[in-house]
Amino acid sequence: MAVRVQREDFDVGAEVKRLTAGRTDIGAIVTFTGTVRGGSGVAAMTLEHYPGMTEQELARVEAEAAVRWPLQGSLIVHRVGTLRPGDNIVLVVTASAHRQAAFDAAAFLMDYLKTRAPFWKKELDADGQERWVEARESDDDAAERWAGAPNR
Amino acid sequence: MTVKLLYFAWVREKIGKAEEIVDLPAGVATVADLVAWLKEQGPEYAEAFARPGVVRAAIDRRHVQPAAPIAGAREIALFPPVTGG
Repeated sequence: MAVRVQREDFDVGAEVKRLTAGRTDIGAIVTFTGTVRGGSGVAAMTLEHYPGMTEQELARVEAEAAVRWPLQGSLIVHRVGTLRPGDNIVLVVTASAHRQAAFDAAAFLMDYLKTRAPFWKKELDADGQERWVEARESDDDAAERWAGAPNR
Repeated sequence: MTVKLLYFAWVREKIGKAEEIVDLPAGVATVADLVAWLKEQGPEYAEAFARPGVVRAAIDRRHVQPAAPIAGAREIALFPPVTGG
């Protein structure tokens, strides 16, 4: 279990390799990569966060996933700073003995991260106009569906 | 009570600073009280908190509701709904 907040890009293959090195108890690895979507005039995006609280919230979300599903390992990497369309933003990796736990835990981590981790996105369009991205209600709904009893 | 306030994203931009240390008058007991008090501290604060119920809060780096008591807090952060991921 690990969380990282960084400016640099990440290498999905290298991260999976590091997570699974020397392990023979893992039967399923799920990775999710979120990237900057272009279109609608977005030229760049700046990600700001609350240092200290961000890492704490990500670790809390990860610990919650480990209670709900039998995970052999997990990783959350989230980038901050200025990113461009096509750039990686976030990586979630979950490892379990079986695929369902790995799939579900990865979806849970993303849904929770989106509503709890203190990150804020500002978009910059080609004319230099800045705009803070608004939170979506659908993200709250996605996180809500995990409420209730643990799945384990 | 003296407490450190942190502002993020458009809350920070509207207020014009990232953090400050404030001396709160007696009677400011909850996050909602704090926001109401801040709104009276100048037009930039009034503007930042103009839309009721939008700004979120964390006390000592944990999410809290508007009714949360602030007694004993070292650091209170005020920010828009988060948009990471």
